[in-house]
Amino acid sequence: MGQQRITRAECAHVAALARLELTDEELERFAAQLDELLDHVAEVEALDVEGLAPTMHALPIANVLRPDVPGEVLDRDEVMAAAPLAEDGQFRVPPVLGEAP
Amino acid sequence: MTAVEPMTAVEIAAAVKSGRRSARSVVDDHLSAIEAGEAEVHAFNLVAAEQARTRAGQIDAAVAAGIDPGPLAGVPVALKDNLCTRGLATTCSSRILDGWIPPYDATVVERLHDAGAVFVGKTNMDEFAMGSSTENSAFGPTRNPCDPSRVPGGSSGGSAAAVAAGFAPVALGTDTGGSIRQPAALCGVVGVKPTYGLVSRYGLVAFASSLDQIGPFAATVADAAAVLDAISGPDGRDSTSIAAPQPPVSDTLDDGVDGLRIGVLAELSGDGIAPDVASGLRAAVGALESAGARVARASVPAAAYGLSAYYLIAPAEASSNLARYDGVRYGLRVDAQSTPEMNTATRSAGFGEEVKRRIMIGTYALSAGYYDAYYGKAQKVRTLIIDDFASVWEEFDLLVSPTSPTTAFSLGERTADPMAMYMSDVCTVPVNLTGQAAVSVPYGVGEDGLPVGVQILAPALGEPVMFRAAAVLEASL
Repeated sequence: MGQQRITRAECAHVAALARLELTDEELERFAAQLDELLDHVAEVEALDVEGLAPTMHALPIANVLRPDVPGEVLDRDEVMAAAPLAEDGQFRVPPVLGEAP
Repeated sequence: MTAVEPMTAVEIAAAVKSGRRSARSVVDDHLSAIEAGEAEVHAFNLVAAEQARTRAGQIDAAVAAGIDPGPLAGVPVALKDNLCTRGLATTCSSRILDGWIPPYDATVVERLHDAGAVFVGKTNMDEFAMGSSTENSAFGPTRNPCDPSRVPGGSSGGSAAAVAAGFAPVALGTDTGGSIRQPAALCGVVGVKPTYGLVSRYGLVAFASSLDQIGPFAATVADAAAVLDAISGPDGRDSTSIAAPQPPVSDTLDDGVDGLRIGVLAELSGDGIAPDVASGLRAAVGALESAGARVARASVPAAAYGLSAYYLIAPAEASSNLARYDGVRYGLRVDAQSTPEMNTATRSAGFGEEVKRRIMIGTYALSAGYYDAYYGKAQKVRTLIIDDFASVWEEFDLLVSPTSPTTAFSLGERTADPMAMYMSDVCTVPVNLTGQAAVSVPYGVGEDGLPVGVQILAPALGEPVMFRAAAVLEASL
């Protein structure tokens, strides 16, 4: 195993970034499991990849364009019907900033 | 397992078009098979029996009116539950999409419909396609029809099991790291991961966008070819779809492998492969040689790093893609006093354990201070793997390896140990990283009597040659 790479506190920080609330037991478990995964992938850290360009995707394409003409779009009412809460054609959410009413 | 007369998709389409069989009777047979076997297998999240009967009636009416319903006339198809179907719930086997009805069809769904297919249902999967056993489903696991104490593989385990059980002659799955090929191998059916960009991803719920591809499951190589031909081709709604139309693979299926140079991929065929799987591969190699192929050992050294690169890149892309599940626009919302608290409460309640784990890995690999060491490094290793494969394609037309290191494992065997589960994908992930094509073909059984799968790898857009080799393997059994 070697040295622990991820502490519980770090794990909690990552969870907060990902908008996940984890129980103490989950934090403990995920920290250990992430650590094990990072141990496994440590083999790539040792590889010499200097000078290689990173691959984002495997296709040799860039800047795909289409003619700028209006096409069919989804029906607004049908899309809004899928929302947990909607009003006047807009998504309704709890307060984003400040005190709740 | 099933009372359905085992007709292939190609046979069904011919019979329906000629009027020898009605599409309605074909779909009724398959719905009966589902009714008889589904309680044990649990291949489906949803069986669309009424919709399927109505659609079959339309096909029969077209035939009666002298209209050709298309190359898949009356063929029952099962769809993985991460493919959007207008008016039909699409869950990704996740609670977070609870109640969501897509307002549009995926391109592949549209194309199969236009080819005359009849959709029988949406199949179970690992939540958001993250898993190798279909045990990570909010709706419970799917069982392997060959042995219900075993997993069907994953993440497209429901689709593989549906074909293996005779619930549908063909199905669609998705393959991000092996999620079509590995369950195909474990259930004893054919499973195809097409070249990245050959099949439109429009309407596929994204997991890792640079790796995801949709592809067919089938009981026969010819059926898999017929479905691939129906779904592939350019699509203006997916900017990563390959613009040039490709030749149909069905046209050259019987051209054989005489004179082809086939390499046995050393890095994926040695350490960690179960002896019975290795012996299945040897038998397959013998069959290819007998058919005139020249077989030699091939080495792609960087392929050994595929799993490590994959388990950084795929979770990184997933953590970004799954940020959209915030309780605002669709699916589950858990109420809270503020929007940030609502986002967190919704995601914490809606995602299952494996999805949370992958989001954690991906968020970590992308976070400040670790990006270069993990995600950045993995992207460069991906380049190394692509370069190594490029060299080997100068010497070989195709490569072969096992699809999965073992035959189907028992339910629960690997759920407590994520790394053991991740190792299930060791033979399949390199192909997703490189964007190449591969197919798993069933080739005999292991010591436990369960199916062994052989993987055939082709360079990008090498599907026609790959299918020729698959047909040779199938014919040699």
